[in-house]
Amino acid sequence: MSAADVVVIGGGIVGTAATLFLQRRGLSVILLERGLIGQQASGVSFANVRRHTRPLHQLPLAQRSYDSWMRLSSLIGDTCEFRQVGNLAVTYGNAQLEHWEQYVRAARDYGLELEILDPLRLRTRFPYLSKNIAAGLFSPKDGHANPRLLVPAISRAAEREGARIVLNAEVTSIDRNADRFDVAVGGHAEYRAPIVLIAAGAWAGKFVAALDGPVPLFASGPQLGVTEPLPYRIGPTISVFADRVPERIYLRQVERGNIVFGGGDRGPASTETNRASVLPTNTLGQITQLQRLVPALSTANVIRVWSGIEGYLPDALPVMGASSRVRGLYYAFGFSGSGFQLGLGVGDVLSELICTGHTDVPLCQYDIRRFQPATPKSAPGSTRPS
Amino acid sequence: MHTFGPGPLEPPQFVRVGEKQRQPVRIVVNGQSVEALAGDTVLVAVLTTRGSLRRSEFGDGDRAGFCLMGACQDCWLWTSDGRRIRSCTTTVAEGLSVVTHPPDNIWPAPA
Amino acid sequence: MAGPRIVVVGAGPAGVRAAERLVESGLKPIVFDEACSCGGQIYRRQPGSFTRSYAELYGADADRAKSIHAAFDRILPSVDYRPNTTVWNISGNELFTAADRQGRVVEFDAAILATGATDRMAPVRGWTLPGVYSLGGAQIALKAQACGIGSKIALLGTGPLLYLVACQYSKAGIDVQAVLDTAPLPAQLLATRQLLAKPGLLMRGVHLRLRLMSKGIPVHNGVRSPEIVGPERVTGVRWRGADGTSESVDADAVALGFHVRSEAQLADLAGCPFSFDEQMRQWRPDCDATGRTPRPGIYLAGDCIRILGGHAAEIAGRLAAISAMADHGIVTAAREAAVLTRRLRSYQRFQKALTNAFPWPEAEIRKLPDDVIVCRCEAITAGELRKAAVVMGAAELNRAKAFSRVGMGRCQGRYCASAAAQILSDARNLPLEAVGRIRTQAPVKPLTIALERVES
Repeated sequence: MSAADVVVIGGGIVGTAATLFLQRRGLSVILLERGLIGQQASGVSFANVRRHTRPLHQLPLAQRSYDSWMRLSSLIGDTCEFRQVGNLAVTYGNAQLEHWEQYVRAARDYGLELEILDPLRLRTRFPYLSKNIAAGLFSPKDGHANPRLLVPAISRAAEREGARIVLNAEVTSIDRNADRFDVAVGGHAEYRAPIVLIAAGAWAGKFVAALDGPVPLFASGPQLGVTEPLPYRIGPTISVFADRVPERIYLRQVERGNIVFGGGDRGPASTETNRASVLPTNTLGQITQLQRLVPALSTANVIRVWSGIEGYLPDALPVMGASSRVRGLYYAFGFSGSGFQLGLGVGDVLSELICTGHTDVPLCQYDIRRFQPATPKSAPGSTRPS
Repeated sequence: MHTFGPGPLEPPQFVRVGEKQRQPVRIVVNGQSVEALAGDTVLVAVLTTRGSLRRSEFGDGDRAGFCLMGACQDCWLWTSDGRRIRSCTTTVAEGLSVVTHPPDNIWPAPA
Repeated sequence: MAGPRIVVVGAGPAGVRAAERLVESGLKPIVFDEACSCGGQIYRRQPGSFTRSYAELYGADADRAKSIHAAFDRILPSVDYRPNTTVWNISGNELFTAADRQGRVVEFDAAILATGATDRMAPVRGWTLPGVYSLGGAQIALKAQACGIGSKIALLGTGPLLYLVACQYSKAGIDVQAVLDTAPLPAQLLATRQLLAKPGLLMRGVHLRLRLMSKGIPVHNGVRSPEIVGPERVTGVRWRGADGTSESVDADAVALGFHVRSEAQLADLAGCPFSFDEQMRQWRPDCDATGRTPRPGIYLAGDCIRILGGHAAEIAGRLAAISAMADHGIVTAAREAAVLTRRLRSYQRFQKALTNAFPWPEAEIRKLPDDVIVCRCEAITAGELRKAAVVMGAAELNRAKAFSRVGMGRCQGRYCASAAAQILSDARNLPLEAVGRIRTQAPVKPLTIALERVES
């Protein structure tokens, strides 16, 4: 039996970041990952490091995360190709414009400076964009990073801080006994801690159901692809905002020249088979939208597509924070395809919450209680989080 | 401005050993007129006049194709109007104009 | 009502014979071919403007080539032939094609995948230089374009193709400087008895070697630490002989190859399970003796399953067609299938013997210096791959790919995966099977973003 202050379940960006921040705050952590670090959603992510266009209530969390991105090198000893090349949201029509103008004003209150670009300025700064783009919303200090490298790098940094990372360790049960949790791997109770953090992505559902009741978590497959290397010319991440889902594509160019793209209709993903796939018709759909967004891309070839298993909740917001029923239990999952930029901040904020009992970053939108039937206030035997 | 390095390698890599009595087909390679023969692939048309096809993106020098059967993907070139062609599986046609580096006026062209 | 829709992917010997057998039973299959005319690689047809005879082009295989081409020409009115068409993905009962810039979705009841093979490659220093071609590529230059890959060539690698291409180049009047076989001579002598499984083929090999000797072309066995010399293009080859002495030869081109590897990407995308073949030390898609896979509606034929050569591919094509038709109620040709299955087995014994005679250069790859490029598409070195294994902890090939970029380039691992698996297993001290194989991801070949979807 191994004991620590905290057992973290899930080795994606959230789990590894939380582990790192907890260790830095002086708590001992054992991280249990069912496969390999960063192998699932975090590792295959489009890897947009984006604050803008997030719901306003999420901006404090995104800003906290931004602080960590800004000192990534000192935090984990590697930049993992994080580039602050900016993030550009675009639309083909003007329907979004008023909303964006309101958003720009409101976001300023959260410390996020954005610009709205009209077609002339778009064409001057980003001449490769379709002339049918009507408006752009630009966040100059956002960017993107390399998802395959980032999470393993966070994990190694956590290990240097003293964390114990256990791979190929699928958690089979979590039992609360007196003032601690017994966490079983492969059917045997092996790990013990007074605090457990469930950061198990799309696989969190069964643990949550046993502890806090079921949540409507479902798996969904992002549809991603990459082109051959092209001369490096596209600076910012570009994403299309549109009413129709198939039109909502995004792309980013890396310095080696490949253009990573994704979006549109999603594909099948399963936590039973642990498989996700790209539907060929989705690739065809994305190709059409890529031609439309950056006409010069018609000269390029797609060389590979891939998918992954992301955890979604119906309101596209995560569950994050303390359990409503079990003391010492915390959650951070269901980031619904938008967790990459947030991951560092989530880890930071959770470590703060776990260690001090509170955090300035508002988390009420992510409370698990939103999925629970209303509980009577004086229900006997219910455990409240400390 | 795309830098292509010190210039194409000389002498030509490929050597014709027969079938020389074919119709000439005139193509353009990097702006220069090249006389190919009917049935030549673009790769052969280029490599019978120079020593390489393209420059590797990653700093290891020139490339001149490898498998000649459309598997290695090392022989992709551009037409001067911005199409991509796999030169070992593309037959020359009269007037075809190819460039051995990404054409500046196409990528990333103003829309 | 029309019969089951049976499609064939590939028009090499396996695909042609499969299509022929389907037509014999009254079906009208669609045949997809990446090339502009049938024959695959081994019987690739020269362009219409060329005049050389079958004997000049195909040597000892002239009759077979003629027979394959004639067979396809004969059945052409009865097939829906789609040349210059790449099948870039397959899913459920649909396949996805790209021809020029047109994309189509084609439904099928049964698909016979006869996607053939390419050269199997082991990296050597300098192999990305202008002037280095695969053995298959060197052969295609001669056969299909009447060109030599250079004027003074060295051939390096192992396998029977090494000797065949050397003879073909010599016959074409090109200066063949040396044949450098990494296989030690004792291995070849030991395998001779097994090679008698196909005495005709064995004799061909012996004959080729004698012909080279009669022309005074040096043949070296047990070549070690080969290096292709640059700096900007091929200028020669250096190596250590079996006795350790340093040797070198001038050249302006090198033909490089170590046997042949299956093109099984579509089988992978179709969901076929793969197994590690202990004998051949490679992964191959699972199927029964006729090419029937565990995936309903998916059949495999020819070298895309395992390398048995062109003659065996013809048999495999017919077998797959029979099984596909039998499973869809068209024929019951059990006796025909039994005869063909028996004939296939002798080719399997011969192939195993060839692998013993011309072993994969495991030791050479193991000691590949860190600065030699392993992944030519992305210019990733052996050292970078080893770092991904040792420092970053990748113990499996897809993980190593994610960390090092090996296999991420345009060719998607065709020419680096074999060696990368070897290097990874050595770096992690794991058996070769344990490091797995690169998982195929669509598209099977680069797919143009200019693609327009059209109705099938």
